[in-house]
Amino acid sequence: MTELSQPQPTKPPRSQWYDVWDQFRQHKGAMMGATLFFLIVAAVYLGPYLWDLDPTKTAIRERNQGPSLAHPFGTDQLGRDLLARMMAGGATSVSVGITAMLLALFLGSFVGVLAGFFRKLDGPLMRLTDLFLALPLLPLLLVMMLLFREPLNAAFGLERGIFILIVSAIGITSWMPTARIVRGDVLALKEREFVLAARSIGTTNTRLITRHILPNVLSPIMVSATLGIATAIITESALSFLGLGFPPDFPTWGRLLFDGVDYLQQFPERVIWPGMAISLTVLSVNYLGDGLRDALDPRIRGR
Amino acid sequence: MLTFTIRRLVLAVPTLLFISLVIFLLLELAPGDPMAQVPLTVPPEVKEKMREALGLGQPLHIRFWKWIVQFFWIEPQVLIDHYFGTTLSEGKLRVISWQTRSPVMDIVVQRIPQTLWVVGTAYVVAIIIALPIGIYSAYRQYSWFDQLGTFVSMVGFSVPPFFSGVLVIVIFSVQLGWFPSIYDTTHVVNSWDSFVYQLKQMIMPVMVLALQITAQLSRFMRASMLDNLNQDYVRTARAKGLSEYVVVMVHVLRNSMIPVVTVIALGIPSIFGGAIITEQVFKVNGIGQLLIGALQANDLPMVQTLTFIFAVLIVLFNLIADVLYGILDPRIRYD
Repeated sequence: MTELSQPQPTKPPRSQWYDVWDQFRQHKGAMMGATLFFLIVAAVYLGPYLWDLDPTKTAIRERNQGPSLAHPFGTDQLGRDLLARMMAGGATSVSVGITAMLLALFLGSFVGVLAGFFRKLDGPLMRLTDLFLALPLLPLLLVMMLLFREPLNAAFGLERGIFILIVSAIGITSWMPTARIVRGDVLALKEREFVLAARSIGTTNTRLITRHILPNVLSPIMVSATLGIATAIITESALSFLGLGFPPDFPTWGRLLFDGVDYLQQFPERVIWPGMAISLTVLSVNYLGDGLRDALDPRIRGR
Repeated sequence: MLTFTIRRLVLAVPTLLFISLVIFLLLELAPGDPMAQVPLTVPPEVKEKMREALGLGQPLHIRFWKWIVQFFWIEPQVLIDHYFGTTLSEGKLRVISWQTRSPVMDIVVQRIPQTLWVVGTAYVVAIIIALPIGIYSAYRQYSWFDQLGTFVSMVGFSVPPFFSGVLVIVIFSVQLGWFPSIYDTTHVVNSWDSFVYQLKQMIMPVMVLALQITAQLSRFMRASMLDNLNQDYVRTARAKGLSEYVVVMVHVLRNSMIPVVTVIALGIPSIFGGAIITEQVFKVNGIGQLLIGALQANDLPMVQTLTFIFAVLIVLFNLIADVLYGILDPRIRYD
């Protein structure tokens, strides 16, 4: 009966997110992935402040140099510094990845919540999701890139136009898995007592969704967010690799890889650096998502 | 089950029609002009005639209807003619490529064997590798083999084909000189040496494609095996004194294969899409490369037909996967 003599809990109350964080720290791969990802993001965004060579400045006399102190990654066929280009390319690739993921996440959660919450919308919205899933995505992305490049370039300027085009193309074609997962979770949540309680005190639908439903579907959304970054980065690089992404003088990792292929025989490292950068980023994000999924799953937590 | 299949088949028709409309409208919005390549010296009225010859003069819905008729009505007739020597399609207008002025389907038929050879082999190789890996890593969960398998499949997920492809070219073609870096589709196998050459040139594209597919499939196999290994019927089988081999390879494996088989079916169309990049890297002139070439040349009928063929594959294999699920697992019947 010693427990009863001390009715106060000894530990201070902890929020759910502490438990999640504890579980997440246990996952070695996830911690390594998270560290690596933040390092890469810091390198591509803060790196240019430390390494202030212009990634687009050509110096023909210094072309095709190997690694040296002045150019740690060497220079390309126009004498541009490859380290600076890698950082500039990474900034574009990571920005595209994150923005496209946010767009896909927003669309997916929006459709998922609507379909799960309003029974009338469920049928049509899920048919729409099925339709989008049946579309051949890569060919369609290629078609979209080719068709809308010029008008968007004219409207927003060269770089911004392509950025908007790539981000919206990837976002529009990758929201479906999130929508399905969110819909399933919302369907289950909708029948729970706390939703009934909230409804009984007269909560409007909008408040019900934003205050009670959305916080509870946050964990699947977060997991698909991490995986979404990975697919978006790969898709952007694939488009750039096929020559349908960003223009040539505007480096991204995929574009650098594409440019490097021409000099494969003499300078294989020009392919290896951007390829490694893409693969490492995606690998770290995938491990991060894996750990996040484990940490957010209450059935696994605490084991 | 039969009614379910029929219902799904009937539902597939409006889906496909809708998809073809979406693709058509998307292409219709294209600012690109098929006449852009024509020299400026050609007078405008001749250009107008050329436009009409391409079928561009008519309004939107008539052109869409014409494409539908050509694709769904005339092309099958051509196929029947080809096999039975009839003359159903004689004199009827087929879907014509703007690039080559020859029927699109003829070019597609020329290109498909290359894609099927490379992609098909890769898929088979991947299945053969992935299933044992998945089974063993589930059976010995958290062993070093399992950890290694997890890592390798993570790498398989993360390394995009345009990097792994270029990487194997650097290693095996440039450095070691073992395999040719370009896939020669005109190569004819008629002797042992030419067969060896064919094998050599197929190894790299197959390896690249198989790595990706193996990564996905082995994960699925492992998860599905893990779901089943802790079930009651496994304990019963062990309690009856069945050997471990029979328990795992007969009882558990058969039940775990159900979701995996459907995943294999679902993956086939996405492989066609994913192979676009691999074909580009290794210069395999399959349908993926055909699509990219057509896109760059603004060849709208070709793009429309190819994209639609991809869509048909996706819808078809979705249907096959659903039906397979019902056949393999008697607990799941859609009626």
